[in-house]
Amino acid sequence: MKWRYFRQGLFFGMVRLSALMITLALLGMIAFLFYNGIRAVTWGFLTLPPTDSMTKGGIMPAIVGTLYLTVGAIAVALPLGVASAVYLTEYARQGIFIRIVRIGVNCLAGVPSVVFGLFGLGFFVVFLKFGSSILSGALTLAILILPTIIGAAEEALKAVPQTFREASLALGVSKWRTISRIVLPSALPGILTGAILGVGRAAGETAPIMFTAAAFFTAALPKSIFDEVMALPYHIYVLATAGTHIEQTRPLQYGTALVLIGLVLGIDLFAIILRSRVRRKKRW
Amino acid sequence: MIITTQNVNFFYGACQALSNVTLDFEKNRVTALIGPSGCGKSTLLRLLNRMNDLIDGTRVEGEILFEGRNIYAPDVDPVEIRQRIGMVFQKPNPFPKSIVSNITFAPRLSGVRDGGELDALVEESLKQAVLWDEVKDILDKSAMNLSGGQQQRLCIARALAMKPDVLLMDEPTSALDPISTAKIEELIDTLKKRYTIIIVTHNMQQAARVSEFTGFFYLGKLIEFSSTDKIFTNPDVKQTEDYITGRFG
Amino acid sequence: MNNLKQTLTRHLREIMIRKLFAFFAVLSVLLLGLIVLFLFREGLPLFKEIPVSRFLLGSAWYPTYDPPEYGIWPLIVGSLIVTMFSCLIAVPFGILSAIYISEIAPARIREILKSVIELLAGLPSVVLGFFGMVVLAPWLQETFDLPTGLNIVNASLMLAVMAIPTISSISEDALYAVPREFKEASYALGATKYETIIKVAVPAAFSGISTAVILGMARAIGETMVVLMVAGGAAAIPRGIFDSVRPMTASIAAEMGEAPFRSGHYHALFATGIVLFLITLAFNLIADQLSAKFKKEGCGTL
Repeated sequence: MKWRYFRQGLFFGMVRLSALMITLALLGMIAFLFYNGIRAVTWGFLTLPPTDSMTKGGIMPAIVGTLYLTVGAIAVALPLGVASAVYLTEYARQGIFIRIVRIGVNCLAGVPSVVFGLFGLGFFVVFLKFGSSILSGALTLAILILPTIIGAAEEALKAVPQTFREASLALGVSKWRTISRIVLPSALPGILTGAILGVGRAAGETAPIMFTAAAFFTAALPKSIFDEVMALPYHIYVLATAGTHIEQTRPLQYGTALVLIGLVLGIDLFAIILRSRVRRKKRW
Repeated sequence: MIITTQNVNFFYGACQALSNVTLDFEKNRVTALIGPSGCGKSTLLRLLNRMNDLIDGTRVEGEILFEGRNIYAPDVDPVEIRQRIGMVFQKPNPFPKSIVSNITFAPRLSGVRDGGELDALVEESLKQAVLWDEVKDILDKSAMNLSGGQQQRLCIARALAMKPDVLLMDEPTSALDPISTAKIEELIDTLKKRYTIIIVTHNMQQAARVSEFTGFFYLGKLIEFSSTDKIFTNPDVKQTEDYITGRFG
Repeated sequence: MNNLKQTLTRHLREIMIRKLFAFFAVLSVLLLGLIVLFLFREGLPLFKEIPVSRFLLGSAWYPTYDPPEYGIWPLIVGSLIVTMFSCLIAVPFGILSAIYISEIAPARIREILKSVIELLAGLPSVVLGFFGMVVLAPWLQETFDLPTGLNIVNASLMLAVMAIPTISSISEDALYAVPREFKEASYALGATKYETIIKVAVPAAFSGISTAVILGMARAIGETMVVLMVAGGAAAIPRGIFDSVRPMTASIAAEMGEAPFRSGHYHALFATGIVLFLITLAFNLIADQLSAKFKKEGCGTL
């Protein structure tokens, strides 16, 4: 008996330790970037373009570029993803068709981000002749986050009690109106959470935009969706690997990394808190 | 005779839930369907407004005539049927909206836009459901704040706002306390002057109290159908008597 | 009835809406098809120049030489090695943390940890790569007295950080789905909590946990920025764990910018993308089968 409890204690110790180490890894990384980056992040850093061949100045064009790309991506992916999820949860009946669609969604979720980049290059940039542009990049990112949105929307739709649908249908309300007036509004908070997480994901991705949208350096802000843009993740990559002044621009790299994780983790945290509030408030 | 079922069989996949049910429901009367759980009484009720359409892999045979028309004919729109045959469920299921929005939800969608007309409809429906006095000052508050019994009466009012001809009630009091149950039963008594009511219940006293006709179901078959008095005092079939007197079920 | 027309239009509308939604649902499959189509469109021309076997098994990757060599075997090996090593780290951490979250942790800590895992999953890979470059690389270099800290160990460690959230959250779902009755039966027979977890919960969730591991590996093999920044970039078969490698993803990302449009090099990078795509597709299909089986078994036990 003693041995059995000893073994249990040992195992629990290991389990706790692994959870602790994961937490520390996250906190450690955040703290490290914060400590090294906070001095670089000034008002000017956030509002000025880079100067002196990107060894001084700020990152404003990269912030704006990331903003355009993510907003574009979510604007495309959200309606498509929600419509897809509505079909899967509300209309589809079990069968081979639905099985194929599910496998399709799962496989799309597993496609490596660099392959999305290649696809974006081959399809949007070359075939559709959008060039390397906000449009190409945003569409590529939209496909990347589509499975995330579908998954979150499906979960939110499934969480709407069946009784709501029955009540509405029993009143002689048509299926579509039941969905649009009752089911979707009830699922809205969950769908929004998924959308916000999708935004976070899109904002942090580098590989899909490398060949489809991201510019090494542009001093001016984009004028149309056919312009190239700078983006925060790509900017970090460029500063950290491709410059001739890698050591000299370290503070800028830390600062940009801090801004990026501040943005991405802030978005994620917002979504997580929103979700837990919604769950707590839910009355059904 | 407002609804008639003729030789109705119903299947969930390979499993037969109803066999050969033939039954007449009279206009402006309360008909109760009783029987042990799983006997098919709720299934039959949900067939009457085509709610079973929503379940995958089900199949109906036979005819269900509503005012002489087979509601399972290919050219019939289930939405239209449900507008005329309302339903109240076992658990109160108000929408997470205000009391007013719950009542006006369906009428608005079927084209009632006029504010005054909608206000009148809200008041009338809530009065019919004997809920008006309790909620008239909190009409814009969420329906989720009401008690279970109030919610169920709101659901009844919501169904009545569509001005249906028939009201189906699927064990409407099984989730409620005795006081709320008594209120709903009283309500059924006043509603039958204007509506045909079909109620499924596992509570035999309730069937005896509220209904004029009773059908007893067992294992997917209609065992006996007659006036409530006769069923409860002098049933023809031994199985019915055994169930009524509590010998099984 | 005057609403015959109304009924008809409603019918029509409902059918149209249904069809529209069905189209959107098929969109994911269509996109997958488009991805395949365009990868092949840009990648297949390579095989007019060299045979598939020399592309896959050739051991020299000199795409800019004259004549160029397009053998991606070292890149494949590079991808597999960092994936394998990262999973050696990520699998135990992922599964143990999942066990902690679903079976042991108090409710409050569980919620916090779940958020931690989710935030970790959300860390941009370029930031992890950056961290590997500025922290891990100098440390490795000094501690082990290496010519460079950008190597297999560094890449594997940072990739593990990326794979842990995937493995942990999917394993946790699988463990959570194990019916209470199983665990209660085990406790009622006098088993300790440890025995219940190891002998009942984990085996019952086994196919779900396997799915988690496979998806974690798929995540690692497809990850780009981390390996691009910290794997060192040597396109050769490594001899030790402190050697540099150039995984497929890194090669694509690093060279696509310089490869002349529709040159042999450009086609070769797309062809590498095809290989990568097929590998991850295989991983995902296996994971899909496993989780489908898990669901079936799960229902069978109820």
